[in-house]
Amino acid sequence: MDYFKLKRQKKARYNLSIYLMIVIAYAIVMFLSYQGKISSLLNGLLVPFCTYSILAVSLNLVVGISGELSLGHAGFMCVGAFTSAVFTRYMKFLGVEGLYLFIIAILIGAVTAGFAGLLIGIPVLRLKGDYLAIVTLAFGEIIKNIANAIYLGFDENGAHFSLKNTMALGLSDKGFVVIKGAQGITGTPHYSSFTAGVILLIIVVTIILNLVNSRTGRNIKALRDNLIAAESVGISATKYKLIAFTIASSMAGVAGVLYAHNLTTLTALPKNFGYNMSITILVFVVLGGMGRIRGSIIAAVVLTLLPEMLRGLSDFRMLIYSIVLIVVMIFTSAPAMKQYMEVLKNKFPIIKNLKAVTLKKFSKEGE
Amino acid sequence: MDFLTYFVNGLSLGSIYAIIALGYTMVYGIAKMLNFAHGDVLMIGSYITFVFMSQMGINPIISVLLAAICCTFIGVIIERIAYKPLRGANSLAVLITAIGVSYFLQNIALLIFGANTKSFKSIVTIPPLKLFGGQLIISSESIVTITLCIVIMLALTTFINKTKMGQAMLAVSEDRSASTLMGINVNGTIAMTFAIGSFLAAFAGVLLCSAYPTLTPTTGAMPGIKAFVAAVIGGIGSIPGAFIGGLILGVLENLSKAYISAQLSDAIVFSVLIIMLLVKPSGILGKSNIEKV
Repeated sequence: MDYFKLKRQKKARYNLSIYLMIVIAYAIVMFLSYQGKISSLLNGLLVPFCTYSILAVSLNLVVGISGELSLGHAGFMCVGAFTSAVFTRYMKFLGVEGLYLFIIAILIGAVTAGFAGLLIGIPVLRLKGDYLAIVTLAFGEIIKNIANAIYLGFDENGAHFSLKNTMALGLSDKGFVVIKGAQGITGTPHYSSFTAGVILLIIVVTIILNLVNSRTGRNIKALRDNLIAAESVGISATKYKLIAFTIASSMAGVAGVLYAHNLTTLTALPKNFGYNMSITILVFVVLGGMGRIRGSIIAAVVLTLLPEMLRGLSDFRMLIYSIVLIVVMIFTSAPAMKQYMEVLKNKFPIIKNLKAVTLKKFSKEGE
Repeated sequence: MDFLTYFVNGLSLGSIYAIIALGYTMVYGIAKMLNFAHGDVLMIGSYITFVFMSQMGINPIISVLLAAICCTFIGVIIERIAYKPLRGANSLAVLITAIGVSYFLQNIALLIFGANTKSFKSIVTIPPLKLFGGQLIISSESIVTITLCIVIMLALTTFINKTKMGQAMLAVSEDRSASTLMGINVNGTIAMTFAIGSFLAAFAGVLLCSAYPTLTPTTGAMPGIKAFVAAVIGGIGSIPGAFIGGLILGVLENLSKAYISAQLSDAIVFSVLIIMLLVKPSGILGKSNIEKV
């Protein structure tokens, strides 16, 4: 059998395994909840599972597949969450409610977050490596700060906007404040459900898998592996990095929509849309394996579930995360460790089969 | 007069940023890595000073020096355990490790000292300076901070230009493999850079907490990031650049806090970074590098 056919088959099997995993997990959860065997704790985690999985998968597109470190992913989630929540909240104020609004909200979230990603990506992707990380971090903070400072209200004259306080909006008697500065948006309709989350996750995974296995995806990976070589054969670095970045932002926006419509109060705190959140998503990506879609989903679910199961260890959660992050990076990326692993592989052939354990590595040498 | 007050406060804050930025810029220039944990070393330094000074009742100056020595060791140990194995690995891996270290320090502090805000007693005891018949009051912290910042910068410039170790640092930052061939101990030089950066971070931490007397495990995170922004604006790898960048950033932050919006001041500061990177990515005093094959 020729090489490419074999490779295609392997890819198809991998892709299928992702879908199967999601569908089986969904079926099990649905079966259990039908039987009434799901605890309220787990029930409350179902939508977050989907939200974090979407976030992890989309960040993986930037970090793992495009090879750029983005530390502002939560910012795009914030954009999606707030724009869509403003829409549905305003519709609720007008007395319109319905699931079709949720679909529109998802589109709004995806488009605005994607647009934010595009706007930010154009200047930022000209920078490399560490600069990119710091600028995306800065953007994440800017978005969070703005979300905390905005006051937005509607009355019969249209939208009113202020950065000071509710009074400065100058609303008429019939007016209604949607975003109350740091208090955020209250009373967003509860549209998110596990089913919706799983459908969105499958859509996101499909988009990413198709992208990765397309010509565009190969260009993106070529730029990651060796920027100069890829550019020298005529691949536009800015264009393809921008494509990956915009798509990932837009997906983070979708996750934001899911997040916003799962809560009744939406506020921009460091915990949910700040730097910490971006790092948590990064941890999912790194532990799941950079460039591995399936790994990101598993890591997101397991690492969301674990702290809830081990309540007593919650103080140690971030400490353990940080240690794991350091250890994983040293074990997978340190040059000395790589050599050592090669020696081990030759001694014990069984290790060669443990590909899932050794995270997908990528390096400038283009090995 | 309000403007002058804000301006002087900005200079003071900027001097703190400048001291932190010196650590960033040296490490970035020499080890070619963004030490995300630098801001958290600063926070650890403040906690150590707090313990020595407020809980054990040691003289403030001695506490600060002890804290600086502890921070030096912490910095070297971090470099040794977390960063040294990754030398030669790609920059993404190093950056993620640095983020891991930063989180590790924050959470260690959280476990040891708790999430409660500690009120930090200012180490400066001299009276504030009153100018123009009391219209412009310059706090004693500002005076000490600005003076110390200038002293540190001058000392560091002298150290780099006049001593053998300083020259070795310049050589390593220029070309690491060539300096190995010249007999320079590259690992030792990089460790020394971390030691100096962390030593200075302890001072920056104490000055920061003297001016803004709240100490939490996340105290160092934001100033750390802003100091990196300052280093980038000034031109990364350049010591006077870090100084200028720090001052610009501090003044800008205080003025935008006073005249535009307190909540948006961070956003404004970061916007300046982005504009700077678009206009002159190498910073005010930095050299531009063209990547070659």
